[in-house]
Amino acid sequence: MSVASVPNENTRLARFLSVLRDVMARPSGAVGLTLVMAHLLLAIISPLIVPYDYKAMNSAMMLTGPEAAHWLGTDHLGRDVFTRVLLGGREALLVTGIATPIAVTWGGFVGIFFGLVGGRIDEVMMRVVDAFLSLPWILKMLVLIVTFGTGIEVLIPTLAFFYGIPVIRIARAATHDVVARDFVSAARARGHRRITIIRRELLPNVLDTLMVEGAMRWSWMLLAFSSLSFLGFGVSPPTPDWGLMIADARGFMSFAPWGVLGPVIALSSLIIGINLTADALAKALGIDRAQKAPV
Amino acid sequence: MTGPVLDIRDVSVGFTGKSGATLPVLRNIDLQVAEGESLGIVGESGSGKSTLALAAMGYLKRGLRLLDGSVAFRGQDMFSRTRQELEKIRGGELALIPQNSGQSLTPTLRIGAQLIEALRLHSAVPGAEHVAKATELLGQVRLPDPQAILSRFPHELSGGQQQRVAVAMALAGEPHALLLDEPTTGLDVTTQAHILELLRDIARDRGMAMVYVSHDLGAIARVCDRVVVMYAGEVVMEGTTRQVLKSPAHPYARGLLASIPRLADRHLPVALDGRPPAPGDAGDGCSFVDRCALAQDLCRSQRPDLTALPTGELARCFFTDQADRVSRTMSGAVPVEIKPDGATALQLTDLSISYHQPSLFDRVLGRSDARVATVDEIDVTVRRGETLGLVGESGSGKSTILKSIAGLLPPAGGQITLAQSEALATVVENRPPDHLRRIQLVFQNPDDSLNPRQTIAEILEQPLRLYFGLTGQALHDRSVEILDRVRLGGHYLDRLPSQLSGGEKQRVAVARAFAADPEIVLCDEVTSALDVSVQAAVLDLLNELKEKQGTTYIFVSHDLAVVKALSDRVAVLYQGRLCEIGPSDQVYATPSHPYTEVLLGAVLEPDPDTAPTLAADDVVELSPPAQGCPFQRRCPRKIGPICDSETPPWHQTADGHAIRCHHAITDLAAAQAGQAAE
Repeated sequence: MSVASVPNENTRLARFLSVLRDVMARPSGAVGLTLVMAHLLLAIISPLIVPYDYKAMNSAMMLTGPEAAHWLGTDHLGRDVFTRVLLGGREALLVTGIATPIAVTWGGFVGIFFGLVGGRIDEVMMRVVDAFLSLPWILKMLVLIVTFGTGIEVLIPTLAFFYGIPVIRIARAATHDVVARDFVSAARARGHRRITIIRRELLPNVLDTLMVEGAMRWSWMLLAFSSLSFLGFGVSPPTPDWGLMIADARGFMSFAPWGVLGPVIALSSLIIGINLTADALAKALGIDRAQKAPV
Repeated sequence: MTGPVLDIRDVSVGFTGKSGATLPVLRNIDLQVAEGESLGIVGESGSGKSTLALAAMGYLKRGLRLLDGSVAFRGQDMFSRTRQELEKIRGGELALIPQNSGQSLTPTLRIGAQLIEALRLHSAVPGAEHVAKATELLGQVRLPDPQAILSRFPHELSGGQQQRVAVAMALAGEPHALLLDEPTTGLDVTTQAHILELLRDIARDRGMAMVYVSHDLGAIARVCDRVVVMYAGEVVMEGTTRQVLKSPAHPYARGLLASIPRLADRHLPVALDGRPPAPGDAGDGCSFVDRCALAQDLCRSQRPDLTALPTGELARCFFTDQADRVSRTMSGAVPVEIKPDGATALQLTDLSISYHQPSLFDRVLGRSDARVATVDEIDVTVRRGETLGLVGESGSGKSTILKSIAGLLPPAGGQITLAQSEALATVVENRPPDHLRRIQLVFQNPDDSLNPRQTIAEILEQPLRLYFGLTGQALHDRSVEILDRVRLGGHYLDRLPSQLSGGEKQRVAVARAFAADPEIVLCDEVTSALDVSVQAAVLDLLNELKEKQGTTYIFVSHDLAVVKALSDRVAVLYQGRLCEIGPSDQVYATPSHPYTEVLLGAVLEPDPDTAPTLAADDVVELSPPAQGCPFQRRCPRKIGPICDSETPPWHQTADGHAIRCHHAITDLAAAQAGQAAE
């Protein structure tokens, strides 16, 4: 009998570790997770290691090219670009790092609820969601930001709200697959309350999808945040931020491309890292149907 | 032609496991199929029988690879051919009929177009004659009105008709050999019997070779000359159908036969304990050693060869001479009969259930709902401690009735009463906890009814917390106790369902139902997703629990033999209406309702000496007729217009046997006795 080969550890930690191992075993997961971890680490320690003060201007050294003292040159105010690139992700990671879990939590919960309830309420609510999603996101967000002003305390709830809406759809679709299964009928027939069914029967089965979705939302949110900064609605100067830096340096792109290249590479490497990780995570969790094991 | 049509030599197939080791799925298979011969391949799930059938076409599923050996079709090696060559052979000279043809027909193409495509690719028939040939093929598979079928879409045909179309497509290329992968699994008994007769006749008329893969020994008995028994990826036995089914030399084949419930038996089938080894786990010895009653030290250390016996059969066993010790007549447990104390456990009064909901449009216009209810006029009283079997083909409403009792599907009319007089709320959310606890449901497929993300402990804890408020040590102790009762130990608590075998999972599902200490357990096809050897164990368990707890069962199944094995009383349903109800001995004997007669006649027994009787057409009706007898359209004993216009009366005998038919019971008895004498 194969009893001996059955692991007797079925704790959440054991499952987490095994998924993590699986993610790291895939090339996309290894590269992606390394990029994300490096970004997170740099965001934490960058204030300690940056060579210059990010505010320090130098009118004698404007838009210099890369050199030994300034690896990525200086910007139009003579500030060290390398310093500002290192620090430029902190705001973005902080805001999106808080907003993403909020978005996935509320969107996921609402989606699971509608998926379970089903019927007419579900149909009507989904049409509302569709209508909402058909408007360009930047328009909706700008309305809120213009009304309530910029700053973290507005940006976090705004991003969390708007990015939770597409999560509703995903969570509802995933729930629909689960609700039809007999273990949910069994729980209903036993007479469990709806909240118990959501928590014990549905959530554990939808969580994998939500985790992958969360990772994807995170990368989109980072882009959105940077776009807002680029447009001048995100971080206010002189705080360094990639979106803002791209906006500032784009006028000098023809003769001083490093001012744009630095933040662009930083932003895209983070987003590519997140996407690669999400991709590997989906495969490790078996959500990606094409990759299901053949035997 | 001299050599065999299909020559499989020493084939091993395997895949690379997670650890990097090569794990074999098929081990050293040697098999020859002669011209015109039909060979059956039997085995339980995971035995490698489908892999073998596909390998015979030169095809392996993704991840699998040929480790050794060769497959030759008509003298030419299949694995060394090019893709183009294989494309010509597959579907042409060598055709496959898959399990679920409904899924293998293209839903957006008409049957005619699909058949003509098969003719264009695989036959020499000139283009102008394609339509005529297609019509002819459909006629050959005995589809009524072939001309009309040509212009239908697959979804407009019933499962049996789709399977016939698949047979017709396979015949388009005038194949030399047909591979059939569980072609009748999932079809109703009457349909299955018809398809098997068709296949038999076609193979005989055309002199085609057939390889018939199935887990169902009854079907194999009907169509095959020779049978190969597979276990854990190897052939453990080979012989003529009669040898394998009457007195097999291999202990596994004996055990398999004993685990099949039969209509004539008075006892439960015998379970085959344990489970087959996973690929790569078979060890050095015999792969069956862990489950074998004859196992000795030799069996553990050395792998037996497939040796020829004097009788001509081949068996992979050292002790074939002792096979008689594992007797086929080995009797299983006798079903417990609890003397019903007369008290009512559950009463269904004039229950009707309808899936059809009037649309908003109809309601606005004030149109009344003209449709006939899916289930109607169900009047059944279940006594305490009794097992009531509900049988019928798919669509007969048997599972619907269970769902309604469980409160998952509110009835359109009628009353469900618990015990003497406690009316049950129609919706589960309105039922008091006590009512909820007393009725428990066990589902068909444990893969679907157990949450894959919960450990066994978490699964069992749900009813225990909900109904008894148990926590901490008391909860744990009670869980272990319940697991012991279904013959699983406390060490199962930490496992996930995916780490258990099919039979173990179903035991957990049963344990969860019994954790509530229920009075009535509703069993919805609880064994139909399981292998026969495991099915026997689950039936045994249900029987044992009934003995200990005095539980009342309502046992739904499409398998008449399974219902017979366990039930005290049986109710036969057709199109959501009761046809016959009574003590199981009497329902299974004559006189019976014409529908029961048809059903019983179509049952396939794993015995080459019995043949099913095909009385009614295998037409699938989508909705019951608006008036008259529900069985009017298929009844072989139809009297005349009275059956179409008037609802038949119930005829009752003294011992509680009731038949609903326009024929008097004495007439039925005389007619059926006359037929039996013929």
